[in-house]
Amino acid sequence: MASSPSYDLNRVRAAARADTEVNFGFWAYLMSDVVLFSMLFLAYVNLSQRFAGGPTPADIFSLHGVFLETMALLASSLTFGLAMVSLHQGRKNHIIGWLLATAVLGIYFLWHEVSEFVHIIHEGASFTRSGFLSAYFGLVGTHGAHVFFGLIWIATMVAQLAIKGLTPPIASRLARLSLFWHFLDLVWICVFSTVYLPGILAGGSS
Amino acid sequence: MFGKLTLDALYHYDPIIVFANVIMVGAGVLVVALLTYFRKWGYLYREWFTTVDHKKIGVVYIVIALIFLLRGFIDAAMVRGQQATVGAGGEGYLSAAHFAELFTGHGTMMIFFMAMPFLVGLMNIAIPLQIGARDVSFPLLNAVSVWLTAAAGALVMISLLIGSFSEAGWSGYTPFSGLEHSPGPGVDYWIWALQISGISTTLTGVNFVTTILKKRAPGMTLMRMPMFTWTVLCTSILIVVSFPALTVALALLALDRSVGTHFFTSIMGGDQMMYINMFWLWGHPEVYILVLPAFGIFSEVVTTYCNKRLFGYTSMVWATMAIAFLSFGVWVHHFYTMGQDPLRNSIFGIATMVIAIPTGVKIYDWIWTMFRGRIEYKLPMLWTLGFLITFVMGGMSGVLLAIPGADYKMHNSLFLVAHFHNVLIPGTMFGLLAGFYYWWPKVFGFRLDEKWGRHSFWGWLVGFYVAFVPLYMLGIMGMPRRMVTYDNPTWQFWLVIAAIGAIIVAYGIFAMFMQIYVSWRDREKNADLTGDPWGGRTLEWAIPSPPPEYNFAVVPEVRDRDAFMEMKVNNRAYERPAKYEDIHMPKSTPLPIVVAALSFFFGFAYVWHIWWLAGLCVLGTVAAVIARSFNDETEFVIPASEVQADEDAFHARLKQADVFTHIDGIQEFGDERTPAGAFVEPTTRATSGAPS
Repeated sequence: MASSPSYDLNRVRAAARADTEVNFGFWAYLMSDVVLFSMLFLAYVNLSQRFAGGPTPADIFSLHGVFLETMALLASSLTFGLAMVSLHQGRKNHIIGWLLATAVLGIYFLWHEVSEFVHIIHEGASFTRSGFLSAYFGLVGTHGAHVFFGLIWIATMVAQLAIKGLTPPIASRLARLSLFWHFLDLVWICVFSTVYLPGILAGGSS
Repeated sequence: MFGKLTLDALYHYDPIIVFANVIMVGAGVLVVALLTYFRKWGYLYREWFTTVDHKKIGVVYIVIALIFLLRGFIDAAMVRGQQATVGAGGEGYLSAAHFAELFTGHGTMMIFFMAMPFLVGLMNIAIPLQIGARDVSFPLLNAVSVWLTAAAGALVMISLLIGSFSEAGWSGYTPFSGLEHSPGPGVDYWIWALQISGISTTLTGVNFVTTILKKRAPGMTLMRMPMFTWTVLCTSILIVVSFPALTVALALLALDRSVGTHFFTSIMGGDQMMYINMFWLWGHPEVYILVLPAFGIFSEVVTTYCNKRLFGYTSMVWATMAIAFLSFGVWVHHFYTMGQDPLRNSIFGIATMVIAIPTGVKIYDWIWTMFRGRIEYKLPMLWTLGFLITFVMGGMSGVLLAIPGADYKMHNSLFLVAHFHNVLIPGTMFGLLAGFYYWWPKVFGFRLDEKWGRHSFWGWLVGFYVAFVPLYMLGIMGMPRRMVTYDNPTWQFWLVIAAIGAIIVAYGIFAMFMQIYVSWRDREKNADLTGDPWGGRTLEWAIPSPPPEYNFAVVPEVRDRDAFMEMKVNNRAYERPAKYEDIHMPKSTPLPIVVAALSFFFGFAYVWHIWWLAGLCVLGTVAAVIARSFNDETEFVIPASEVQADEDAFHARLKQADVFTHIDGIQEFGDERTPAGAFVEPTTRATSGAPS
């Protein structure tokens, strides 16, 4: 609380509400992102059986790795939630701490995803191999790109908090980042249950 | 270093393209030279390139639209010229490739760079004023949108000089638009021009959904919003929900073409029909995105120039919402013949016909608004009447095409071309031109010339019929669309008539530019001193023309659907507060033009596979946005004294024009319930300084 003496906590809290004008606009943007992902899910479902004689999901997915990835991302939603709790308490350093924890989990997720991509490509299952693989890389990669931009955003917010303290505009941005991050979690749950689970179940083993 | 870009890209096979380039580059050099000679660069930078004022952004949009109206029309005229002169079995003056570029360019430019910017420009100008707001919700984002549109337009322009444009039609169907069949840079130019302008439009949609839902003046409930605001709300929702489908379709096509994925290929598990589905999942709502705001403009025009309330406001709102909703359920009617079973075609056919019902509701609402109104045949009213008659015809041919069986006969023929021009020209273009005349004095402070406007109207209307009725005939006679040559000699007669129609439309366009010039020349005489040249009913007419940067000195309180009319009736128009207050407004910033320039170079780099440049542009954009986010000093203050001075001057003009006496005479709304004959003397209108 002492970290931002020039701003009153009520203004910070008000700025972080989900229904301010700016944050409402971000909801509207997220709706457009929902449609964007819907199209990619549509592409995946449509192309998911078009292997062109190439590898099938059972050949390339490993439930073990995806499970760890998923847990990391779910945990990062929890840590981001705790960052927002700290925001409502006005504790700048706690927010920074929880944001960094979120970032570590996000980086773990992304590192895992990229190494999975590299592994799959090395096995000869690149995105040029079949319609199925194009759609897989397209969907999962777009989600990964969103996580990557989320990480850049987290880094920016950590820097702004450290330099400027917990000001109402920064609280407002954190509220939007929070929406964005939870949204990505939600999308991942859909990816997990549309891409990985059916793919592996169809193969009969992990 | 330069990817696929070599000096060969400057080589053009066709002397006509070389000539067009000379004109384009010459015009560009001339504009730059004139601006430099008159030392206007500083003014342009301060007042236009860096502005976040929604009114100026609206003007920039419309300037872009008018430039592309000319280019798109030239393309159309060349297509008409080819088909009229080629004769059966002839070769004509255009090569097949150039002809394909022309019809692709015409469609792309008219939809994305003429109709959309024109529409968004009018939205920008009118919406904040109609809802009593000082700006849109996100002024900076708004400026980013407009310059992204300009960047995308610049990509289309540069494709004329460096490389070539797409030959795959404005809808870019796969697999023809895939790498195998279209290896050149044309499709890539098309992809990135649409991608950048589409993203700009999505941002605009987000901006206007938020503005309309969150920034209305106190008292303006949803059901008190002006009809244009309602239609723009529906259009903005459609934009947010449909444009990402185009974004994905184009992005995946770009991946297919650049990194060798198989989303839309016909081999290796790709699915070319998926592109067509995705494209029309966006493409059909897009039709309503274009037409709904025009419906809103017609509603404003009809109420204003008939001096009546809108008949059936509630039904109009529901009809608008119904059209917006239904527009997502009809996309398959664009490709009945491409392999679905009859059941699916029937469902989409019925859904398509159902849209005619809410549209019919609207038509009757306009007619009933006019009924027993005291109609003033000003130019926008002419556009509206021309629209009503012509659009109903186009709508009927649409219901005909919605029958899958009939569509099997008609699809891909000139009948289809005639149909969609028959809805889009009256439905969108006439509406845009009506709005152009209607809001012009609000933006510039003087009215447009009526005489040249009428020439323009008759040019467009007569030209439209002469150009497109023959296309209906030709469609029924079996002529397919997009033919560079043909071997049926009976077609040529009708094609010559159609070309004559294009010449008449050309006169309409010429007259519109004459209208702008003449009005500007006589701007003193046409001055609008009161801000209310038409006896308006909505809030934009309650403020000076042109409005001050902050629009409303005091945010108005709305008590009625026809907010400003209520103020006039109850004698509270132009009320002044005891004391004015300081007004906070957003500062100008160069960020939008920086982001737009980087987007342009990104698109260009992607077209030519100059990967280092594309990467730099992405990094630069991210860096610019982050740097901006550290700046919290984004507003400046207009002191109360300045506001007071502006208002003093405005009220002096109002007194000089004797507006207050006129307002005292206004006793009623011109309600649809008012019996005929209740309107006696035309004293119920505020006049402007000059005779009309």
